[in-house]
Amino acid sequence: MRLTAITMAATLIAGTAFADGVAPGEVQYGEYGEVAASLSGAPGDAANGRKVFTTKSMGNCVSCHAVSSLDDVPFHGEVGPALDGVGEYRNAEELRGIVANAKMTFEGTVMPAFYKTSGFIRPGDGYTGKAPKGDLAPILSAQDIEDLVAFLLTLKES
Amino acid sequence: MKIKALTAVTLLLAAPMAMAGGADDDTLVINEELEMVTKTAAPAHMENVDEIMSGWHFRSDETQALQMDDFDNPGMIFVDQGMDVWNTAEGSEGKACADCHGDPADSMAGVAATYPKWNDASEEVRTLQMQINGCRTERMGAEAYKYDAGTAINVEAMITSHSRGMPVNVAIDGPAEAMWEEGKELYYTRTGQLELSCANCHEDNYGNYIRADHLSQGQINGFPTYRLKNAKLNGVHSRFKGCVRDTRAETYSPGSAEFVALELYVKSRANGLSVEGPSVRN
Ligand code: HEC
Ligand code: HEC
Repeated sequence: MRLTAITMAATLIAGTAFADGVAPGEVQYGEYGEVAASLSGAPGDAANGRKVFTTKSMGNCVSCHAVSSLDDVPFHGEVGPALDGVGEYRNAEELRGIVANAKMTFEGTVMPAFYKTSGFIRPGDGYTGKAPKGDLAPILSAQDIEDLVAFLLTLKES
Repeated sequence: MKIKALTAVTLLLAAPMAMAGGADDDTLVINEELEMVTKTAAPAHMENVDEIMSGWHFRSDETQALQMDDFDNPGMIFVDQGMDVWNTAEGSEGKACADCHGDPADSMAGVAATYPKWNDASEEVRTLQMQINGCRTERMGAEAYKYDAGTAINVEAMITSHSRGMPVNVAIDGPAEAMWEEGKELYYTRTGQLELSCANCHEDNYGNYIRADHLSQGQINGFPTYRLKNAKLNGVHSRFKGCVRDTRAETYSPGSAEFVALELYVKSRANGLSVEGPSVRN
């Protein structure tokens, strides 16, 4: 892996977090935006993925996507497509790429990139409205994204 | 997309929390006499929207009802407070607004519908609050109000109430054009770590729910707005600030040149809708 200044800084901040994984700036996207290798180097945990999907301070995916099996969670959004059955018509590589940076799969999409740390206009310090204090962290960690992929793969039609 | 249609049907059947989107077809009449234009053809300068709609159409029946009678509209309390200020002499000149402008029901009728607008003397685009502060500092010898703070908003609401039912009509040509272009640029800029522009939510997705929020067109014909959420009148720039913050961005400040430009642009997107301020929103 070619260590750029950015990944060096990220590695310093995150300690060993990327030791077996891939830093946001180093993710290799395929022709259709898919990402082949696990971002964390570890398998995903679908139960935690469900939590990331539905928790406001984490992925908050449910603010834009409805999923009928999440019927215990109130208020599913309509900005993105419903994701029932997405685990059947999308594979892990595609799902990983879409969650990490959906713009690589859907050009110009309103879906935010959850594993990206540069190239923003006026990024802030989370939801404070203030300027960031240091380098930006991705919205979700590599492991959160692997967990989301595992959760999305459980969404089968029947 | 086939899959999307299919899953949408499943969802409606399976999930009771699925919500119907879109604007409703209700009619807004205030005090049983003042009919408001809440939907009309978009002005020619709007490229991606055919019909403009008041945010009122996207609120619940209960919230809508609060705006239909001035006795139920909590914003009217602040209009009264604004009227007190209107009549109070302040500053080194010992003058009140009323000393120059008389009864606002006459002198201020239609004024709010045309703001922000170009001011020749100061060679700048002024929002209504900037104009109020202009009068205070230049004619009354009084201090400028803090932007979007209580008293400024109360006076703005009082003045705006005398334009209710009149069509928004801001000029976007002539000397205001450059600032209007800047505002348009800001409207379509995708800010923050979420990379979302005003247009992403209020042009591409109005009518859709984003979690529990029913997205409107983000129109400002209803400002100042009494929000049930914070139980006070809210200014345009404070609302902009909240929306920009929600994109995980560094915001601009109320009163900044950026927000003045954005206000001019967004207000021009309401040209033709009735002025509603003070409106009621959640
Ligand atoms: C601000 C809205 C928004 C948020 C938040 C959002 N998405 Fe999306 N998502 C979309 C939209 C819109 C699309 C459709 C792509 C397009 O054409 O723009 C999409 C597409 C997808 C797809 C592909 C569906 C298909 O049919 O192929 C997946 C999977 C997905 N999102 C998962 C997620 C996950 C997981 C999260 C949270 C970590 C998330 N989304 C957060 C708006 C959003
Ligand atoms: C992430 C989504 C999102 C973005 C981006 C966004 N807004 Fe909003 N906005 C909302 C929501 C949700 C509401 C409350 C529901 C409604 O009225 O649409 C709202 C409300 C508003 C309102 C109040 C409308 C009324 O009737 O009282 C205005 C005005 C507004 N937005 C303007 C803007 C402007 C200007 C921008 C860009 C600087 C912007 N918004 C960006 C989500 C967004």
